[in-house]
Amino acid sequence: MPAALEISQLHKSFGQVKALDGLDLSVPTGQVAGFLGPNGAGKSTTIRVLLGLLRADSGDVSVLGKHPWIDAVALHRRLAYVPGDVSLWPNLTGGEAIDLLSRLRGGPDKARKNELLERFELDPTKKGRTYSKGNRQKVALVAALAADVELLVLDEPTSGLDPLMETVFQDCIGEAKKAGRAVLLSSHILAEVEKLCDTVTIIRNGRAVQSGTLAELRHLTRTTITATLDHQPAALAALGGVHDLRYDDSQATLAVTFDVDADEMPAVIRQLGQFGVRTLHSAPPSLEQLFLRQYGDDLVGADS
Amino acid sequence: MNSVMNEDLTATGTLVRFALRRDRVKLPIWIGAIGLGMLYAVSALPTVYSTPAERQVRAGLMDSPAAKMMSGPGYGLDNYTLGAMITNEMVLYLAIPAAMMSIFLITRHTRAEEETGRAELIRSTVVGRYAATTAALIVAVIANTGVALLTALAMLSGDLPATDSFAVGAGIGLTGLSFAGIAVVTSQLTEHSRAASSLAMAAVGAAFLLRAIGDVSRPGGNLLSWLSPLAWTQQARPFVDLRWWPLLLSVAVLVVTVAIGYAVSVRRDVGAGLLPPRLGRAEAAPSLSTPFGLAVRQQRAGLIGWAIGLFVFAVPMGSLSDSVIDAVADNPQLGEVFTANGQDPVDAFYSTMALFFALLVGAFAVISVLRLRSEERTGHTEAALATSVARRHWFFAWVGFTTLASAALLMISGVGVGLGAASGAAGPSTIAELAFGTLAFLPAVMVVAGVAAALFGVRPSVSALAWIVVGYAVFFGMFGALLDLPDWIKDLSPFAHTTAAPLADLPVVPLLVLTGLAAGLALVGSTTFRHRDIETT
Ligand SMILES: Nc1ncnc2c1ncn2[C@@H]1O[C@H](COP(=O)(O)OP(=O)(O)OP(=O)(O)O)[C@@H](O)[C@H]1O
Ligand SMILES: [Mg+2]
Repeated sequence: MPAALEISQLHKSFGQVKALDGLDLSVPTGQVAGFLGPNGAGKSTTIRVLLGLLRADSGDVSVLGKHPWIDAVALHRRLAYVPGDVSLWPNLTGGEAIDLLSRLRGGPDKARKNELLERFELDPTKKGRTYSKGNRQKVALVAALAADVELLVLDEPTSGLDPLMETVFQDCIGEAKKAGRAVLLSSHILAEVEKLCDTVTIIRNGRAVQSGTLAELRHLTRTTITATLDHQPAALAALGGVHDLRYDDSQATLAVTFDVDADEMPAVIRQLGQFGVRTLHSAPPSLEQLFLRQYGDDLVGADS
Repeated sequence: MNSVMNEDLTATGTLVRFALRRDRVKLPIWIGAIGLGMLYAVSALPTVYSTPAERQVRAGLMDSPAAKMMSGPGYGLDNYTLGAMITNEMVLYLAIPAAMMSIFLITRHTRAEEETGRAELIRSTVVGRYAATTAALIVAVIANTGVALLTALAMLSGDLPATDSFAVGAGIGLTGLSFAGIAVVTSQLTEHSRAASSLAMAAVGAAFLLRAIGDVSRPGGNLLSWLSPLAWTQQARPFVDLRWWPLLLSVAVLVVTVAIGYAVSVRRDVGAGLLPPRLGRAEAAPSLSTPFGLAVRQQRAGLIGWAIGLFVFAVPMGSLSDSVIDAVADNPQLGEVFTANGQDPVDAFYSTMALFFALLVGAFAVISVLRLRSEERTGHTEAALATSVARRHWFFAWVGFTTLASAALLMISGVGVGLGAASGAAGPSTIAELAFGTLAFLPAVMVVAGVAAALFGVRPSVSALAWIVVGYAVFFGMFGALLDLPDWIKDLSPFAHTTAAPLADLPVVPLLVLTGLAAGLALVGSTTFRHRDIETT
C-alpha cells in the first residue's frame, strides 16, 4: 500500500536556527504513527510543513500522494489538523468555530459533530476566550474528528485533556483507524503512544533517530531482570549482553539485578538456571526508558 | 486612592524598565515624529511667510469658519506672529498624535497584557495591585515629557519666546497625558485591548468635534471648546496673551480618570471587563461559512462603531457649511483667496471635508488590513489554511471586506456631511453629491490599504509601515497649502488626486490610475503571501 505520508531528507531553517535537518518520516495508510521527540526537536515544524504552512528548504514531502505546498487546498479536503496550541476566535463560540472550520474544509457532518460534542462533553455555546485549556483543545478535536478525511494530523492533541477525555480520545482514534484513516500523532504522553500507535518515530534536533514498530524499538533496549539465587552467579558478569550487574546480599538470600540485551536473553536465562533461581522478575523496557535513552544527551554513554 | 499602600505598588520600577525596554523603538519614533513635525513647521513657516504682511494674508484665510473648524479658536489673528500661527494651525495636529501615542501605550501595557494572559503570569509574581497601571502611566509621563521638551526645544530653535514655547510643549504633553488617563478608564471597561483603544480614540474624535463646533461658534471658542482636552493648549493663548491655568484642566482630567481607573481595576477580576461574558449560539449562522463571512464577523462590531462615529462626526461638520456660505456672501474676496485654483469656496469646503473623512477612512482601511496580521499571529490563519481554503481566497476575503467597508464608510461620511449641509442653506441634492464625491476617494483609500496588504504579504511584521503612508497623506493633506510645498511632494499622497466637489469635475484618469495601483498592490500582497511561511507566535 502507498504511504499516507512520506518525508525524506527534509530541511527547514528559520534564519540561523536549523529546525529540521534531514528528517525522514513515513506513515503507512491506515496506521497510527507516533511522532516523538524532546521539546524543540522539530515536531510542530514538520507538521506545519506537511500542511503547507511552512515551505521546506529542501527534501521530498508527499502527503496522500500530493505535494503539501503546491496542492495545499485540494489536499486539505482530505486531512484534518489539530494544532498543539489551540487559539480560538475570542468572539466566536466553540460551536461556531467548529462549524466554520468544518465548512471551510467542505462537507460538514452535523450528526457526527453532535455525537462528538456529546462524547467529549463539550458545551458549544461558550465564547472562545472563556473556554478552559482542555475545552479549547476539545473544540479543535471535535472539528477534526468530525471530518470525513483520510489523514489526521494531530500535534499534541491531548496535552490538556483529563484522563476520562483521554480515554474518549483513544476510542476515537481507534475508530478512525478502523475506518481506514491514517493518523500522525505527535505526543509527549507515552502511555497514549504505547496504546495507540503502530509505529513510532523519535526525532532529535530535526532528525529521526529511531523509527519502527514498538516491538522493534523495544528490541533495541534491555530488559531488567531481578532474581533471588542460591549461589553466587560468578560467571554471569562475564557473559556477553549482561550489563549493570548489582548484588544485594543484605537479605538472607542473594538477590541480583541486571540488564540484558534483547538478543542475548535466551543464553543468559539458560545460564541463570544454574545458580538456583528462587524468584525471577523480568521487566520489559518501558517506553519511558526507551525515550529517556533516546532523548538524553548521553546516547553514546548509555551503551557502555 | 488614599488607600493605595506601598505594597500595592511593589515592582512598579521593574515594570517601568521592562515597558521602556519593550517600547524602545516605538516610543522614540512617536516622540521623534511629533518633535520633527514641530521642527519642520518652525523652520519652514518663516521662509514661506517671511513678512508680517504675508502672515496677515494667511490670518485672513484662517478667519473663515471652515479653517477655524480644522485649526483652532484663532487667537492672535490680528497680529499673526509665527508663534500665534503655530499655535493656531499646528498644535492641534501635534496634540492628536500625542494623544494617540498615549492611548496605544496605555492599552498596550495594561489591557492587552491581560487579554493575552501575560498579566496573569506577571501578577502571580510579587507585583502590587496597582503596579501595572502605575508603570504604564509612568511610561506615559516619560513619553509625554519627551514630547513636551522636544516640541518646546524645536520652537526655541526658531527664536520664539521661551516661556510661551514651553507652555505649548507642556500643553501638548499634558493633552497626551489626559488621554492616557482616559485610556486607563476605557481599559477597565472592556476585555479587549482593541475595543479599549477604540473607545479612547472615539474620545479623541469627540474632543475634536466639540472644539471644532465651539471654535467656529465664537471667536476664542465657547463652552463646547472648553469641554475638549484638545482645546486647552490653544486656550492658554501662548504667544498672544499667555495664561497657564487652562493647562491645569488636563492635569485635573488625568487625576480624575486615574482615580476612577484605579478604583475599578481592583474591584474586577484580572482579565475581566465590565460586562460578564455571555453564552452564544451553539451552531454557526449560515453566513459564517467562508473566509469572507469570518472577516465580516470579526470586524462587524468595529465597522458599526466607525460608521456611527463618522456619521455623528460628519453631520455637525457639514452643518458648518452655512457659515462658509455666509462668509463668502459677506466677503466675495474671501472666496478668491480661499482657493488658488479658482474652485468655488463652498465646493472647496466640501472637498476639504471629503478629504478629511477620506483620511479617517484610510486609517480604518489600514487597521482593517492589519487584522490579517493579528489573525496570523494568533494562529487563526493557520487553523483556517489547514482547511481547504486557498491562501489567495483568504487574503482577498479580508482585503475585499476592507474595500467594501471603506466604500460604505466613505458614503456614510458623505451623507453625514450632506445632511448637515442640507439642514441649513444647501439644497437636498447636496446629500447625494457629497455621498458620491466622498466615495470618489475610494481609490485613494484602497492604495493605502494596498500598501498595507502588500507589506503584509511580504512580511506581517512590516505591515504596520503602511501607517507612514497615512501619516504622510494627513500631514501633507492638511499642511501642504500652509507650508507652500512643491506640488510633487503633495502629489505623492494618494489623496491629492481627488476633488470631491463639484462631482462633474471628478478627475477620471487619476482615479483609474489609483485604482490600478491599488489592484496591483493587492496582487503583490496576495502573491507574496502565497509564497511565504505562515508565522505563528
Ligand atoms: N517561526 C520560527 N522562527 C524561528 N525558529 C523557530 C520557528 N518555529 C520553530 N522554530 C525553532 O525550530 C525548532 C523546532 O521547533 P518545533 O516547534 O518544531 O519543536 P517541537 O518539536 O514541536 O517542540 P515541542 O515539543 O516543544 O512542541 C525550535 O528550536 C524552535 O525554536
Ligand atoms: Mg510542538
